[in-house]
Amino acid sequence: MNIVVCAKQIPDPAEPGALDPQTKTLKRDGKLILDESDMYGVEMALQLAEAAGGGEVTLVSMAPDNKVDGLRSGLAMGAAKAVLVSDPALAGTDALGTAKVLAAAIGKVDGAQLVLTATESSDGYTGTVPEQIAAILGMPSITFAKSIEVRDGTVYVKRQTDAGYDEVECPLPCVVSVTAGVVEPRYPSFKGIMAAKSKPLDQLTLADTGVDAGSVGWGGGGQEIVGIEDAPAREAGEIFEDDGSGVDKIVAYLENLKIV
Amino acid sequence: MTLSKIWVYAEATDGNVSNTTLELLTKARELAGTVEAVFGGDGASVAATLGEYGATTVHATGDLGGVLAGVPVAAAIAAAVAGGAAPDAILFGTSYDGRDVAGRLSVALDRTVITNNVDLEEDGGALVCTEPVFGGATLVKTKFTGAGPNLVLVRPKSFSAEPSGGAPAAIEALAVPDTGAAGAARVTNRFVEERSGPSLDDAAIVVAGGRGLGESDKFELVEDLAKLLGAAPGASRAIVDAGWVPYSYQVGQTGKVVKPTVYIAAGISGATQHMVGMKGSKNIIAVNKDSEAPIFGVADLGIVGDVHKVLPALIEALKSRS
Ligand SMILES: Cc1cc2nc3c(=O)[nH]c(=O)nc-3n(C[C@H](O)[C@H](O)[C@H](O)COP(=O)(O)OP(=O)(O)OC[C@H]3O[C@@H](n4cnc5c(N)ncnc54)[C@H](O)[C@@H]3O)c2cc1C
Ligand SMILES: Nc1ncnc2c1ncn2[C@@H]1O[C@H](COP(=O)(O)O)[C@@H](O)[C@H]1O
Repeated sequence: MNIVVCAKQIPDPAEPGALDPQTKTLKRDGKLILDESDMYGVEMALQLAEAAGGGEVTLVSMAPDNKVDGLRSGLAMGAAKAVLVSDPALAGTDALGTAKVLAAAIGKVDGAQLVLTATESSDGYTGTVPEQIAAILGMPSITFAKSIEVRDGTVYVKRQTDAGYDEVECPLPCVVSVTAGVVEPRYPSFKGIMAAKSKPLDQLTLADTGVDAGSVGWGGGGQEIVGIEDAPAREAGEIFEDDGSGVDKIVAYLENLKIV
Repeated sequence: MTLSKIWVYAEATDGNVSNTTLELLTKARELAGTVEAVFGGDGASVAATLGEYGATTVHATGDLGGVLAGVPVAAAIAAAVAGGAAPDAILFGTSYDGRDVAGRLSVALDRTVITNNVDLEEDGGALVCTEPVFGGATLVKTKFTGAGPNLVLVRPKSFSAEPSGGAPAAIEALAVPDTGAAGAARVTNRFVEERSGPSLDDAAIVVAGGRGLGESDKFELVEDLAKLLGAAPGASRAIVDAGWVPYSYQVGQTGKVVKPTVYIAAGISGATQHMVGMKGSKNIIAVNKDSEAPIFGVADLGIVGDVHKVLPALIEALKSRS
């Protein structure tokens, strides 16, 4: 079974984020890494391909400046190849435009039966891209998977709900978005890291995807950032070093609110 | 000036309309002359409540027979829009199904969706959305410039829900077109994870624990304290991912948004993704052994100390008072 995993490359979330004063969006000029949320998709895909008795796992990504470091991490985990779409015209693209580009790239992967994404990216977290990709490809989809099994052309998913989970099933081909914790992502081995350097990595421009330039980039979204403000700060509270009296401070605070 | 018509995507479990839906209806009344609801289910089960919060009509698909809502509801709305029903905006709560329907619909209508909003206003006939970034420290305002309907995803608890005292909403059938293979994802079974006490959504007090508790067994401290205070237990993602507690306990960006009267954070560092889910609490008490922990930046009362000392002492103190 051939599987595509959407692999977003993002600025390291451990670094403090900043807005570009010109474009008013998140700065992405530094090094990009594979979004941790997508490592679950990569691992899940590798395990499902193995369980199915073989098949290729292909990574698909859209990122600025032909950045490939995050894709190399996914290849080092064991994915067979990667497709990157990078084009200056894509700067500022909204979730729908991103989905159009990713869907076009997925369409170029031979015999993709299953498309995996994360439920939301760590930097953009719109959570709409997976469903938009499925809609463009005309495929069914199951979001918020906390477990996935594939048997006889049908995918069986435990889908997270507010109350617990639902068992959901759906025929292939389809799109499934996975939650963190669906599987434990492996660490790439030294051999995997070395092998990743020579795995095929296709680079596409916007024109290669065939997506209309009018539906991507700053002008594509039908939206405009009109203001950026600091949120009203909370008033500074009182901080105490616990010398054994911390508990009395908490009780007094709760008493004052008439909670105890 | 107001918008002329807003639709709210309504969600319900066993006929109980979700709080987020009621919040959106309340806000929509402020923004538009006419407020209507769209529901992927049997309209009769929700018409009274939706009407009480201001929806004059509910466009209902009827029972979806277990099919996930995204495909059929989006197809039905798209067909209605193509047929001339054109609300200025459609509001969705940030929920499992809300995101699915909004995402599908954005493709069907070829419209952007503005996501993660905590406020909405109208400016010169256009809808302006406010999204918090960097854990809520910065607010970004975005205006729709393209043709409607504007598609908006709003985070839960962004507005308070207030009834308008309206009559039950009129029920209008919303036809679901044939969706072919795309509509094939179907629920076969539902599982409910049992939890006791008030729910995180409604509790006036929340006691949340994080990795600072050290080990899974120690979450008992959080549960005991919650029980004594009539509070709901909550958790950081670190301990949900570690499997100490189910996902339904998670507070934050990918979990629940809570706004209780008191939020007690025990052994939680205060990552931006956690804070975005609890910063709106009226009073925040934090216990953390690291005086530099970011959680102290939002705490009204901060105790720099060991949770293994402070929580047991607090539990004893409360027990001796009752
Ligand atoms: C896309 C994305 C979404 C996310 N969504 C969420 C979300 O919804 N909710 C969420 O919570 N997180 C979320 N996170 C994770 C978040 O970034 C943090 O990793 C997480 O909140 C940390 O949990 P924690 O505070 O329990 O653990 P840590 O950050 O490890 O903090 C533990 C704290 O305990 C303190 N401590 C240790 N021992 C003791 C002791 N004995 N007594 C007192 N204090 C002690 C330490 O000083 C430390 O501050 C998300 C991350 C990403 C990338
Ligand atoms: N630029 C991108 N490249 C690859 N995958 C992406 C990209 N943007 C979004 N995705 C996928 O879609 C998921 C949801 O993204 P989002 O809608 O931005 O929260 C991500 O976790 C990825 O799996």
